[in-house]
Amino acid sequence: MAYHSFLLEPISCHSWNKDRTQIALCPNNHDVHIYKKDGTKWTKIHELKEHNGQVTGIDWAPESNRIVTCGTDRNAYVWSLKGEVWKPTLVILRINRAARCVSWSPKENKFAVGSGSRLISICYFEQENDWWVCKHIKKPIRSTVLSLDWHPNNVLLAAGSCDFKCRVFSAYIKEVEEKPGPTVWGSKMPFGEVLFESGPSGVSGGAGEGAGGGWVHGVCFSHSGNRLAWTSHDSTVAIAEGGKTSTISSLSSETLPLLCVSFITENSLVAAGHDCYPVLFVYDGTKGSVTFGGKLDVPKQTSQRGISARERFQNLDRRATSSETTEQGLESLHKNSISQISVLEGGKSKCSTFCTTGMDGGMVTWDVKVHTHTLHTHTV
Amino acid sequence: MSKNNDSNQFRKVDVDEYDENKFVDDEDNGESQVGPDEAEVDSLIRQGNLMEALQAVLKNPPINTKNQNVKDRAEALMLKVLSAFKSSDIEKAVQSLDKNGVDLLMKYIYKGFEKPSENSSATLLQWHEKALSAGGVGSIVRVLTARKTV
Repeated sequence: MAYHSFLLEPISCHSWNKDRTQIALCPNNHDVHIYKKDGTKWTKIHELKEHNGQVTGIDWAPESNRIVTCGTDRNAYVWSLKGEVWKPTLVILRINRAARCVSWSPKENKFAVGSGSRLISICYFEQENDWWVCKHIKKPIRSTVLSLDWHPNNVLLAAGSCDFKCRVFSAYIKEVEEKPGPTVWGSKMPFGEVLFESGPSGVSGGAGEGAGGGWVHGVCFSHSGNRLAWTSHDSTVAIAEGGKTSTISSLSSETLPLLCVSFITENSLVAAGHDCYPVLFVYDGTKGSVTFGGKLDVPKQTSQRGISARERFQNLDRRATSSETTEQGLESLHKNSISQISVLEGGKSKCSTFCTTGMDGGMVTWDVKVHTHTLHTHTV
Repeated sequence: MSKNNDSNQFRKVDVDEYDENKFVDDEDNGESQVGPDEAEVDSLIRQGNLMEALQAVLKNPPINTKNQNVKDRAEALMLKVLSAFKSSDIEKAVQSLDKNGVDLLMKYIYKGFEKPSENSSATLLQWHEKALSAGGVGSIVRVLTARKTV
């Protein structure tokens, strides 16, 4: 585990390059800063200034080495490295509200932007016009799209939205790709088709899924694409398995809402949010249950000092209890909410390292060790 | 200065009603929900079987119904059951509930806070403390984010 404090302001979003030597992040303003790793130090090597509003999403395509950024100025830019300089190309998204999240597809021939205009823009490059063109997915989204994740087949896209639902759409663009084969989520995939929708009016949910719900903050497909996990503002994490009997298993957690989630193996995922530490969840496919796997953070240093009578009365006065658990500060590495998780090594099937950034301006890289005989994962 | 003698009725128009993008909750048919069975719960309280009374009053929560009377009656009944418990028994009662039960109990507790009566706040606070240790802050977040509540 390594904690690096980049800034005093929140890190709005971040993305790593292919070999994990450089990180592009937005320091809560209109720019994108690229830092390069020098041993244990980080030096800023580029500043990408083009946006007129806060940059809300960054994604760095590993193979083609292009960065796509989107912001509250309703624009997206695709940056290409020309020599030593990053040059932007404007993408007209045709939205009238802020863009909230952006993600390259696995084959990097298109990207999706979620926005407050209640739609998703799928953008692809048109060779004849040398221009990025976008198509919209509008129905049945009824509120801001907060999070996106692509299925490995480059066509299906999961979107979490503020209308309390998580959906899987088809983003099939016939100009850039072949017709996709059938998957567990469905076989007919015309552009804009909804193949899955969570929630009361969609597929019937698991325990306690009656009414309500919360904004869906984070979505993630598993490595195979057969499972979809999402976290919601009502402190739940849910997993759906694609297929005829699309069942949703959900867990109402005891923590504050989780903001981001990622699969680290086919059966387990790690999520983090307002509680400032990552949490592990384990999914049992046969039983269809999600269970809490444990907290991943620094071990607590138990203070052995006794408590004087005076302190006892002071505690009673201040906190109505005379117990000595004085949690003066947060004991987690991050001192504020964690807003984004990204897998560094191992992919979503055998992740060995992942990274979190948060509102405290810090970035932490976490190591995951899986013990083969006990299905527990520990941090190092 | 000229005085505006024209009608000010326009100030009473709710412009959000005319917004075509307005978010409307899915209509869930809750007309059939009648709330917990009063007679059953009352008899269980009189018998002194408070654990069963708690289970009974948590059945059939009037979550989706638009009928305010049903909700009020359910809340009053819940308060009766909660007040009938001895302080030392509260913890055991909360342990006997499953996750959904704890969430539902939290919803009723917060509903009870909204309209405090004689001694209700004290009892509710005791129940709140025990329900919090069972459900964690997550159960409170679920009370806050629920679109349709008791």
